[in-house]
Amino acid sequence: MKYKIGFDIGSTTIKAVVLDEYNHICYKSYERHMAQVRQKALDKLRELKCYTKEPFQFAISGSGALGLCEQGNIPFVQEVFASAQGVHTFFPETDVAIELGGEDAKILFFKGSIEQRMNSTCAGGTGAFIDQMASLLDMDLSQMNEASLHFHRLYPIASRCGVFAKTDIQPLINQGVDKADLCASIFQAVVDQTITSLAQGRKIEGNLLFLGGPLYFLEGLRNRFKETLKMEEDQITCPETAIHFVALGAALCAKESFTFEQLEQKLLDLVNQPITLEESSPLFESEQDYEDFMKRHRSHDVQHASLKEYKGKAYLGIDSGSTTTKLVLLSEDHKILYDSYSSNKGNPLDVVLKELKTIYQINPDICIGGSYATGYGEELMVHAFHLDGGIVETMAHYTAAKAFNPDVDYILDIGGQDIKCFKIRDGHIDDIVLNEACSSGCGSFIETFAKSLGYDAKEFAKIGLQAKHPVDLGTRCTVFMNSGVKQAQKNGASMADISAGLCRSVVKNALYKVIRAKNKENIGKNIVVQGGTFQNDSVLRSFEMELQREVIRPSIAHLMGAYGAALYAQDLHPENSSLLTYDQCCQFTHESKSIACQGCTNHCSLTVNTFFDGTVLVAGNKCDKMIKTKKNNLNLPDLYKDKMELIHQYIDKYKHEKKIGMPLVLNNYDLLPFWSAFFDALDYEVIWSSPSTKKMYHQGQQSIPSDTACFPAKVVHGHIEQLIGKVDTIFYPCMTYNINEKQSDNHYNCPLVAYYPEVIAGNMDLKNTKIIYPYLSFDDVKTFVNALILHFKKAGISFTRKQVLQALDKGKEEYLHFKDQLVQKHMQAVAFARDNHYPIIVLCGRPYHLDPLINHQMNQLLTQLGFVVVSEESVPRLQRQKVNVLNQWTYHARLYQAARYVCENEDMNLVQLVSFGCGIDAITTDEVRDILRKKDKFYTQIKIDEIDNLGAARIRLRSLKEAIAQKEGR
Amino acid sequence: MAYAKFKKEMREDHLILAPNMLPIHFKLLTPILKMSGYNVKILTNASDSVREEGLAHVHNDTCYPALLVIGQLIDALKSGQYDLDHVCLAMTQTGGGCRASNYISLLRKALEMEGWEERIPCLSINFSGLEEDSGLEITLPMILHVIYGLLYGDALMWLKNQVKPYELHKGDTDQAIDEIVDELIHLFENGGYQKSKVIYQKMIRRLKQVEQDRSVQKIRVGIVGEIYMKYSPLGNNNLEDYLIEEGFEPVLSGVMDFMLYCLENGLIDYEYYHMHKNTRWIYSIGKDVIMRMQKTFRNAIRKDGTFLEPDDFEEVIRNGKPFINPGVKMGEGWLLTSEVVTLIKSGVNNVISAQPFGCLPNHIVAKGMVHKIKEQYPNANVVAIDYDPSASKVNQENRIRLMMANAKLMSEISEK
Repeated sequence: MKYKIGFDIGSTTIKAVVLDEYNHICYKSYERHMAQVRQKALDKLRELKCYTKEPFQFAISGSGALGLCEQGNIPFVQEVFASAQGVHTFFPETDVAIELGGEDAKILFFKGSIEQRMNSTCAGGTGAFIDQMASLLDMDLSQMNEASLHFHRLYPIASRCGVFAKTDIQPLINQGVDKADLCASIFQAVVDQTITSLAQGRKIEGNLLFLGGPLYFLEGLRNRFKETLKMEEDQITCPETAIHFVALGAALCAKESFTFEQLEQKLLDLVNQPITLEESSPLFESEQDYEDFMKRHRSHDVQHASLKEYKGKAYLGIDSGSTTTKLVLLSEDHKILYDSYSSNKGNPLDVVLKELKTIYQINPDICIGGSYATGYGEELMVHAFHLDGGIVETMAHYTAAKAFNPDVDYILDIGGQDIKCFKIRDGHIDDIVLNEACSSGCGSFIETFAKSLGYDAKEFAKIGLQAKHPVDLGTRCTVFMNSGVKQAQKNGASMADISAGLCRSVVKNALYKVIRAKNKENIGKNIVVQGGTFQNDSVLRSFEMELQREVIRPSIAHLMGAYGAALYAQDLHPENSSLLTYDQCCQFTHESKSIACQGCTNHCSLTVNTFFDGTVLVAGNKCDKMIKTKKNNLNLPDLYKDKMELIHQYIDKYKHEKKIGMPLVLNNYDLLPFWSAFFDALDYEVIWSSPSTKKMYHQGQQSIPSDTACFPAKVVHGHIEQLIGKVDTIFYPCMTYNINEKQSDNHYNCPLVAYYPEVIAGNMDLKNTKIIYPYLSFDDVKTFVNALILHFKKAGISFTRKQVLQALDKGKEEYLHFKDQLVQKHMQAVAFARDNHYPIIVLCGRPYHLDPLINHQMNQLLTQLGFVVVSEESVPRLQRQKVNVLNQWTYHARLYQAARYVCENEDMNLVQLVSFGCGIDAITTDEVRDILRKKDKFYTQIKIDEIDNLGAARIRLRSLKEAIAQKEGR
Repeated sequence: MAYAKFKKEMREDHLILAPNMLPIHFKLLTPILKMSGYNVKILTNASDSVREEGLAHVHNDTCYPALLVIGQLIDALKSGQYDLDHVCLAMTQTGGGCRASNYISLLRKALEMEGWEERIPCLSINFSGLEEDSGLEITLPMILHVIYGLLYGDALMWLKNQVKPYELHKGDTDQAIDEIVDELIHLFENGGYQKSKVIYQKMIRRLKQVEQDRSVQKIRVGIVGEIYMKYSPLGNNNLEDYLIEEGFEPVLSGVMDFMLYCLENGLIDYEYYHMHKNTRWIYSIGKDVIMRMQKTFRNAIRKDGTFLEPDDFEEVIRNGKPFINPGVKMGEGWLLTSEVVTLIKSGVNNVISAQPFGCLPNHIVAKGMVHKIKEQYPNANVVAIDYDPSASKVNQENRIRLMMANAKLMSEISEK
């Protein structure tokens, strides 16, 4: 018998299949390879010796096999291609196959034109992602699967990238959302991810085949696909061979013949091949080096005292982080009486409750003088345990760092999921940099990675210290690092080198991606590093090596937030704390229920936490509408709200028999008054699509061709979908040039704003709706009128030149009127703020950042914090000023204007909203920052995407408020 | 920010450093510019430190070409090989609505970080009247030289890609190209470079002398994309050579097509917005002249009959129109879509679109048009490859491999 053997070496597993001459499967296996790719392949071959009496055909597939095949000259089959062959042979009736692997997601279309796609460079949402989520929830995969089958409701979780999803899930966990719902929501995110980033406009219909581990093992995931795609049971197949499918395909594709000895020799050679790696220096040159390093860091210690014997007042600090909860109890003389650092295991309240009980049990007479919480779960902690208050994380960390070095001027904290760093100047926090959602997940990444390779985190970190040649894994988000590790494995790097490489990446990520340190001097002289991730000595060492500077890592680096909160509590609360007593702790119960808020059309999903004593905490809301708390009922002036109201007035203002549809997106947020009045003059009523909603976005999701485009562009599809059927004709012009406000060298729109109508026309099924998208510019009346008349004529609508000219005047008039109103409102808001002593924030972005789905109601968050909010477009136009970059976009010129304006006004600060993926903002943000810096102003940037989590934004804005207050000397 | 400006007299004693993009073309350009008094050094440093300097000096979300180009320049300045008081940096600037127009400001910011902004001048090479004070004096003979140089570069690149995949002895083609380049340089320096008809014939003859096995037509793979990623081996990890090694024949249109695209945009601007009322004749003449020169090359190929000829640019323009409006003029704009369609029409169904991660115009003209193109040409196999400083090579290779596997599958099917 002649056999065919196929291997599939993926990022974490090796699969093998043996086929006989009739393509019957004689053998199949699925094992983790723990990065020992070559040895495992050799072992596997030896195990299969019984099939190799005669020469056999052999091929390998999979991303982990590339290097092996290249170096060993072994036949390689691209994995998607291998799957396609398998489907072709075994399931010929398949229309679409979806294959999720460890780190890859693939979709194969068979009906019509054959098409095969795999995830691009920016896409998590695969097996590794589910693994990460599982460890976040402290469940294993089968538990997750089981739980997900009993869900009640789904929460929106960003589906674009695993890291985003994690930031979405964390607050839900902290809010105490039911795990069943979480599991199902996570699966739903994977489904959405697959549909948007892979199908990209091609419909998934007909017979569906599920392949790969996650889909095979997780019924809950299959269910989500089934429901989302509205499929019947008999349309879906998930074969027994789903997890071996690529290996099966490889076996089918195997053409080249080998004898056992030949192949064994080839693999043996590969195992024995000396590994050539790029030169990189080891973490420690010698044992002595290591000893010195350890000794130096051991010197930054905190004193401890016995809790049991302690008599005086004690101060409690709780740092409720994203993945871990830290707790510190301090004596009056700043000695640590008790501390704990524990994983949340999905329920931080239980963790704290247990610790509190322990404290009371050790010393039943302990007198708590004050208690403060900080971190993501601050609010929950304060309400649950009746703490005295909460402080923003940045302040907590600064307070703690000061205790180690009063001259500290730079604090870098790398926690489980976030990087925070702040610069301190003259005793106040001068600058805060938080990681943008893209590069987060750094610390917990090492941990989950270690686990996936079969190590525990501490062990993994230790191995790294011995690395001789740490690998270079790049400095982007974790998804990229995964592929980097793949590459390193391919090159045969050792585990120590991978471990040290990961640590180096985390450090570089923090330095170059988040802090964007360009010059080491810039960072500061007295650096304190903290956060759980710095507990890893490899990370610490890499950091010092990268900076070429010694830093302080306090022995309690992982507890600094809690330590700071405790110190803060001592500062503020010399009296007794309102913290729960031991008896109350024993009675403590907690229940959480999720409801959809009916307060407005947003229908925020709220989590209602009810505690044993009747305390209720509602979390997840974006506004204060439904929650009557003691403060925050102020109606501070908010230009975003005002502008939205103005826009609504325009939407309702004109009524005509004849209608034309326009999407309320991108530049139309600026031009709406123009077009409304323009078409009114032509006896047409513009039917505008409504402001975006999540549902609307999802309805248009299927036709988005580029998943890395910015969110404001991607929602356009939903708007058009809404207009189809409502109107016969949609008007959406392409505008290379914007209105010339004479503030810049040129007045372009960005490419997406300018040409998105092309994408719509090219990718959406408009059915019977006509779309008119002429190229228009306000610069030249003649061509404007001609183009408009011509294109409407093609759609069967005729206007005369005179009509259009008149309409153009009307439109312009209304547009100017609109701008005037904004400026007036702006003046009123500023006057109000000055009369009543409120600080003012110029919330900068683009006109389309007015859309509540896009701005995540950042304006409301600001007013809640007690700021008066104005917008960049309402800023009175100043004299044109020179900037250091090519200033050629109208909207961006407004940003520079706003920055100058803020510099000239003592009581104003600027917050810039930046949509993820906005290439032009890579330029504007630096320039705006420079302008502000020169006048000693804070610069705060908030990156926004479809993620629905205000946690990070809240920290930034609270810190900003704190910093402003400090600067003014409170 | 105060920064150094390039002054005429600097030609005497300043070395102009320029990033590499088109290896063959730039080899020709160095002596050509020397003739106009500019002492240019095309940089070839390509180690990891290029990327690292880029990451450290440019906002990491800026497009990858900016990061690489600036990284290459800074890395060169730091290498110690150049006298920093006598160097100047050159960079091209397109000047459209794409953020790429900002490269020069980003370069100055990068220099400022090192404290060099008042010491090292930057030279902008553009046709949009930006940076008027940067001192590059463009003379008519220089323009002629450059145009000829680029055209010959295009021709050589075009022929190379049809010969190298079939060469019997590795390196023969590159050697032939080097020889021709040397000869051309001689002609530029000593006169005779304008006899393009003869020159093209010679090129073809010389490349035919390379020993080849043309018995099997290799699968042709088109490369389109953002201009830097499309051509620069540093940017696209030697994509052309990679394809050749894997047994494919790459097809790349010349850089002069991009020039024509820019000129055509000038004409479209007039048509659409009545811009350039007084200067449009220049665009018109420029376009005619270049197209006539390209025609000479096509005729030479046709007469010889061995190689495939490049497409007539008027045809390229026409091919794009049913898919995208010629008004899309940022970045590679309508040209990219037109090139994809042109490739498919000429039988090259497999196309790689090389683009920087998150490239704005490419959301529209590359990824945004695939759907429409596929509706018309279901066999089209268009793959967008994103390049960025961290996306590891494995990932890119894997996607290219997928494209290649599909290409092979389709050619097997069509043979059956």
